Order: sequence, then C-alpha cells, then structure tokens
Amino acid sequence: MTKKSFAFPYLFWMIAFTVIPLLLIAVYGFTDRSSGAFTLSNFLAISTKEHWSALLLSLKLSLISTAVCLLLAYPLAMILKKTGTSRTGFIVFLFILPMWMNFLLRTYAWLNLLDDGGILDRFFGLLGIDYRSPIGTTSAIVLGMVYNYLPFMVLPLFNVLSKIDENVVNAARDLGANSVQTFFRIILPLSFPGIVSGITMVFVPALTTFAISDILGARKVLLIGNIIEQEFSTASNWNLGSGLSMVLMIFILISMAILNHYDKNGEGNAF
Amino acid sequence: MKKTILTASALIGLAALSLTGCSSSDKFPNGVVKVYNWGEYLDEDLIAEFESEYGIDVIYDTFTTNEEMYPKIEADPSLYDVICPSDYMIEKMIQNGLLSPLNYDNIPNISNIGESYLEKAEDFDPDNTYCVPYTYGTVGILYNTTMVEEEITSWDVLWDEKYSQDIIMQDSVRDAFMVALKRLGYSANTTVESEVAEAAALLKEQYPLVKAYVIDEVRDKMINNAAALGVIYSGEYMICTEENEDLAYVIPEEGSNVWIDGWVVTSGAKNKENAEKWINFLCTKEAALANFEYIGYATPNMAAREDIDEELLNDPGIFPSDDILDRCEFFLYLGEDADNMYYEYWKQVKQQ
Amino acid sequence: MKKLASKLYLAIIFVILYAPIVVLMVYSFNDSKTSKWSGFTLHWYQELFQSSMILSALRTTLILAFLSATISTVIGVISCLGIQALKPRFHNIMMALNNIPMVNSELVTGLALMILFITIGISAGFMTVLIAHITFCVPYVILSVMPRLKQSSKSTYEAALDLGATPLLAFFKVVLPDLMPGILSGYMLAFTMSLDDFIITHFTKGAGLNTLSTLIYSELRRGVKPTINALSTLMFLTVLIILLLMNRPRQRGESPS
Repeated sequence: MTKKSFAFPYLFWMIAFTVIPLLLIAVYGFTDRSSGAFTLSNFLAISTKEHWSALLLSLKLSLISTAVCLLLAYPLAMILKKTGTSRTGFIVFLFILPMWMNFLLRTYAWLNLLDDGGILDRFFGLLGIDYRSPIGTTSAIVLGMVYNYLPFMVLPLFNVLSKIDENVVNAARDLGANSVQTFFRIILPLSFPGIVSGITMVFVPALTTFAISDILGARKVLLIGNIIEQEFSTASNWNLGSGLSMVLMIFILISMAILNHYDKNGEGNAF
Repeated sequence: MKKTILTASALIGLAALSLTGCSSSDKFPNGVVKVYNWGEYLDEDLIAEFESEYGIDVIYDTFTTNEEMYPKIEADPSLYDVICPSDYMIEKMIQNGLLSPLNYDNIPNISNIGESYLEKAEDFDPDNTYCVPYTYGTVGILYNTTMVEEEITSWDVLWDEKYSQDIIMQDSVRDAFMVALKRLGYSANTTVESEVAEAAALLKEQYPLVKAYVIDEVRDKMINNAAALGVIYSGEYMICTEENEDLAYVIPEEGSNVWIDGWVVTSGAKNKENAEKWINFLCTKEAALANFEYIGYATPNMAAREDIDEELLNDPGIFPSDDILDRCEFFLYLGEDADNMYYEYWKQVKQQ
Repeated sequence: MKKLASKLYLAIIFVILYAPIVVLMVYSFNDSKTSKWSGFTLHWYQELFQSSMILSALRTTLILAFLSATISTVIGVISCLGIQALKPRFHNIMMALNNIPMVNSELVTGLALMILFITIGISAGFMTVLIAHITFCVPYVILSVMPRLKQSSKSTYEAALDLGATPLLAFFKVVLPDLMPGILSGYMLAFTMSLDDFIITHFTKGAGLNTLSTLIYSELRRGVKPTINALSTLMFLTVLIILLLMNRPRQRGESPS
C-alpha cells in the first residue's frame, strides 16, 4: 500500500517551492544592494533602533494575543467537549464559518465598529459617555489579532480535549482527585500537544502580520511585518527586506524549538 | 457535515470553472491592453465603453502609491502596458529606462489637452515624449468647519495640540515630508540631509497628535466627522463636500505641492498601440468629462472644461488658480540615495 | 448554574465573533458609500452583478480555492502513502520540510516565492498564485491525513490482497475509505485557507489578477465599497444556508448565537 516513490513528487515540489525560495532569500539577505558583494549589514540592520523596536513590539503584541487566545479558547474548548456530540460539529463549524467572509473585511468591520464616528462612538454618544477610539493604538491591534486567530487556538484544543478518554478522568475522580486536581494533573497535561499547536498557529501569524496593523493601527504602529513588507513593496530594497525576514525566521525557529521541547510527541495535530 | 462542505465547495468550484468557459478572443478581436491605474481613478463604465468601441480587452489593475507601483514595473516592465504615475515618478521611470516614447499619430486627441499643462509637464518629461497629462491638483488641508473655528492659513495648525488625535496625515513619504519641509520654509525637493532630518524631527513631534496616517481613507474619515483636519489631494475635496457640507479645503500660504498625473507606456509594453488607443480614448471630451464627474480631480482637458460648471471651474480647491500654483512646487525625482534617506527618516518618525 | 455560565460564555464569544460580520451585512444595505448610515437600499446588490471586477475576482478566488484544494489533496494523500513507507530518518526529514510553510509565516513564504518567480523569470499570473497556494495547502492536507494513516491497520489492506484484490482496488476499497475523514478535513482546510489567503496571493499575483482578498486590500485604502459587503453577505449566507439545511433534522431548538 505504501511505496517510497510516492513521496518523491512532493519532495521535488518542496525543494522547488519551499527550499530554493528560502535559499534565494538568504542570497539576497547576504548580499549588498548595489554592489552585490557579500555583506552582513542587511542582517545586522535589525539592531538599528527603528527595526529593533518594531521587532520587540511585534513580539510583545503577539505574545499578548497568544496568551489572550489561550485563556479564551481553553474554557471554550472545554465547553465544546461537554456539549453533546451531535451539536459540537455544528458549533465547531461556527468557528470556521467567519473565515468564509474575507479576513481583511472582517478586520475592516472592526474599524467601522470602533473608529471615531463609528458605531460604538455613536452608541456611547447617545448614552452621553465620552468614547475614546482605540484605533491607532496597540490594543486595537491585539484585538484584531485575537479576533482573527482565536479559531486557530480553539480547534486544536478542542481536538485534543475531545480525544481524552473519559475513563482516565473518571479514574482520577474515583481515586479521590477533586476537579481542580483532575484538571491540572490529568486534563491539562494531556491537552499539551493541542496547546502547543494552538500557540504555534496564533503566535506565528500574529508575529508577522502587516495587514492587521495597517487597518487597525491606523498605520501609526509599525510592526516588523510592516517594515519587511514596505522594504519589498515600496522601498524596493529586497536585500534589506530579506535580511530582516531571516532574522524573523530565526526568531520563529527559536520559539518553535522551545515549544517543541515541551511537546514530546512532535506530531502536528492541529486539526 | 464535512461531506456537505466538500460537495458545496466542489459545486462552487465547478460553477466558477464553467464561467470561464466563455472565452474572450472572439469578443475582442484587437487583443488586450493592460492598464495600471490609481484605485478609484477612473469611471469604470469607461472600460466597458472602450472595450466595445475598440474591440480591445482591458485588463485593469490598481495601485495606491507611486512607491508601490514602481518596484513591480522595475521587476518586470512588461507587466503592464499603460500606467498613470505622478510627475516625479515619471521622471524616475524615464531615467531608469522603464518608459517607451509615445507615438502621437495614435493620440490625435492630444489637441484637447491644454497647452499650458503640456508645458508644465515638460519639467519632468522634456518635449512631452513619454506622458499625456490626465489630472492635476494640489495638496492641502481639508478641515471640518464645525470643529475648526479659526481660519486656517498655515501648516502650523497640524502641530496645534488643540487638535490632538484629530489630525490625519498622508502616509506617503514624499507628501508627509513636503508638509514639514514647507512649514520649515525649505524646498520639498531638498536633498540636504540636515533639512530632511529637521523635517523628520518635526514629523516626530507631530506623531502623538496624529490620529492616523492614511492614503485615501482620509476621505471616509473626514466625511464621517472622525477627524477635524486632514492632509488631502485637491481632487478628493469635491467628493467630500458633496457628502459633508461642513468640509472646507485650503492650500496653506507657505506653499504646497502641485502635481500632474499622466499616462505613460512602459518600455516592455506588449500592446503599445492598444495602450496609445487607450490614452487617446481617455483624451476625448466625453471620457474626460465622465471621469471628472466620477473622480472629481481637475482635468487638463480643455474640451471637457467647456461643459463644466463655471462655479466649479472657479473653485480654487478644484482648479487651482495661477497665484496658488505659483506658491506650489512640483516634486522632482531625487535619485536613489535621497529616496533611501527620506525613507530611513520616515521609519524613525513612526517609531513608538 | 455552571451550565448557564458556559452557555453565556459561548454566547458572548459568538457575539464577538459575529459582530463585525453583522456590521458588514448591515452596511451592504446602506445608501451611502461611506460608513454613515443614510437609508436602506438594494442598490449595491444590483451594482454587484454589474461589476466585472468583483465578479472576476470572485471567480478567480473560487477557481483558485477549488483547484488548489483538489490538487493539494491529491498530492497530499499520495505523499502520505510515500512518507509512511520511508525509513524513520527520511520520514522525519520529509515531515520537517513539510512543516516549513506552516512555521515559516505567510509573509516569508510569500516573499520567498515572489523572489523565486521573478528570479527564474516566470511572469506572475494565475499559475504562480496557484503554485503558491498548493505549496501552503499541501502541508495542511498531510497533517490531516497522516494521523489517520498511522491509525489504520495494515492487515485489512493485506487481507484484501490475500482475497485477490489488485493493490489499486484494495487501495480504493479499503485504504481510501479509512482515510476519508482525514482527507475530507484536509480538503476543507485547504479550501478555506486558499479562500481566505491574502498575504501570499498579494506577493505572487500578476497583472490584472485579483482575488477577493487583494481586491479588498486595494479598496481598503479608499474605503471599501458596499458592493464588496454585498458580495460577502451573499457568500456568507449561501454557506450558512447550506449548513443549516443539512443540520435541520438534528438541530432543533435555540441556535447558539
């Protein structure tokens, strides 16, 4: 049923469209824009104040968003697990459904909701409450990240939680563990792979986004994603853009390594 | 459940595939033209009109800033046939050999374009070799008279703390720096690093007061009373006042930027003749008039101007008068090094 | 009490999840082009069906999602069978490579592919976007199918062979049905990812080619026209109605949102 040769076409595909492109990024990253000579300057450009602070800000916002997503999603996944099986499919689908409405549009809708002169502003205006729009601040960006990436946290969590054998939980109970103990000793450790893949699926896109900060940050906030995107699409400095991308990749790889250290299985079980 | 989705998506996909079945080659015997224009910068009905009149299929695409358009053309000059950049960008493209000279035999309607505008365009395009002017205008301040009571005469108001979080700035590098440079009394085309640094410091000082850096959303925000002051292109003003009567437009006395956007043909154009037909079509009186009414930007098309309301023609916000133009300056292409310098300073402005 | 709290929590999350969508839908009936409410209209729906730009973007988006999901699923299933047969070491290398597009962020994947296409001189167009979409969709398919393949026992397949089935027949009759849930969720995931993708398309698309995402991104700068809202409303309602119809017999009583 299984043949080694079946893996080859995809291997070639990955070499052509995953490995080689990354090598090209490295080539651009390590060469000088005008002379084409080898240089580390694109790489070291991360240490300039504006790039470094953009990277730190991205890290901070994506960590906050990931944490918020996890805190919101865990109880959700627990609730979903407890709901009867016939309905969970439906409820889980309700998390995927919004994705059929374009993500830029959904984010843009938040602008309509939150902006000065927007819906909330008018609503609070009617109540006579002074409303300060969060648009253009980092909290609006965190909101956008949490909103967009929450389903990516809920689904893998729900997946692992629903696979936990009820007998294990019951056994713990029978042996005298209270619900708090059962949670921390049994459920939480067993759900770890889900947590890890959830974190991966939220943290990575949040760290590198440029669209969310564009829309909800009123372009006052430059994240590292914005800087890289602009180097390519407006400053046309591919070399610097590639160098910064490589730094970003390294950051992601380090965080993945740390995470995978905790996830002994190492199997992706996102969905 | 999943099966449903699978069937649904397969059906949708097949339906979409079948839609492409009706090929375009018989409908468009004269080939294609690939047009790259600013977003919302053309009455889109004109596309269909051009297609049926000339039998040419229009592949239409839009960009939001000159700076976003340029790298795409630089990477592949055959990506589009005909583009509508601004003055300084046209100069840059000429210098880097990305444009192809126009054959005016194919553009007889050039006679509709006012002589004085062709002359002005020679500043960046000597002998009008490459470019046919499409629109022109200024950059100024759009403000809401219910929120701003004083009379605005200067760029200074954009640094007034009274209007903190009520100011909208342009997000394009050159426009933002122009505001600061003009306020300082420097040329908007300076390449002196100390002057640029000074302007950057001024922009940095303004940063906390700014509600948003935008390109075109300024229109929406101003109409919705979301801000009191916004830096804006003159062409947007007409549309804005139609939607919100409280808005007024002023060109500060320190001077500002005057610009011309024009149609050019790329050096790699695969459909050069069709591109020229496109330009010629847009120079007709009817097309220019339809465009003016739709996008609200001043047209250099004198034939079309005969049919435009006197009141609008005399509104300096839409058609800037000569004494205003004297205060204003065209952007010039400053060279790659200066471009990079501006850009590096610009990144520092937005640092938190 | 606890049940009530969890229902409430679920309700709040769904309100937040769907609030912007409701806003978009409401605005599709707004008479004004801006976000100021100025009366009910169906005008945008009318305009939608006349806008060749939006319709062609919709078509591109759907074809792209359909093709990339289908091709990715085929590639994914075949490679799973191959990867399974590899020695553990190569197995791990393949899986590590497979994980790159997922871990690597769409930004870097998109940029890297853009550089590749420009370097080797493939002019950007539908093909480049399709290749890019397949590249980021296959990993999801593999991740959905692989666990099923590991769980499925080899003995049923071998039994089928012993009973005289050809390997191909045995595959279609025995293995494939076993993998089906994984394949379906992989397909669905790939379809949705492709449909909703913006970043990678943004960097790999060519002249005149727009998906809904890229069209919307360029419109964002000028304020999104309500025609796009109208289209999204229709798409959303279509999916919702299909879903509700299929769920009806089982799903009675209150709906959770």
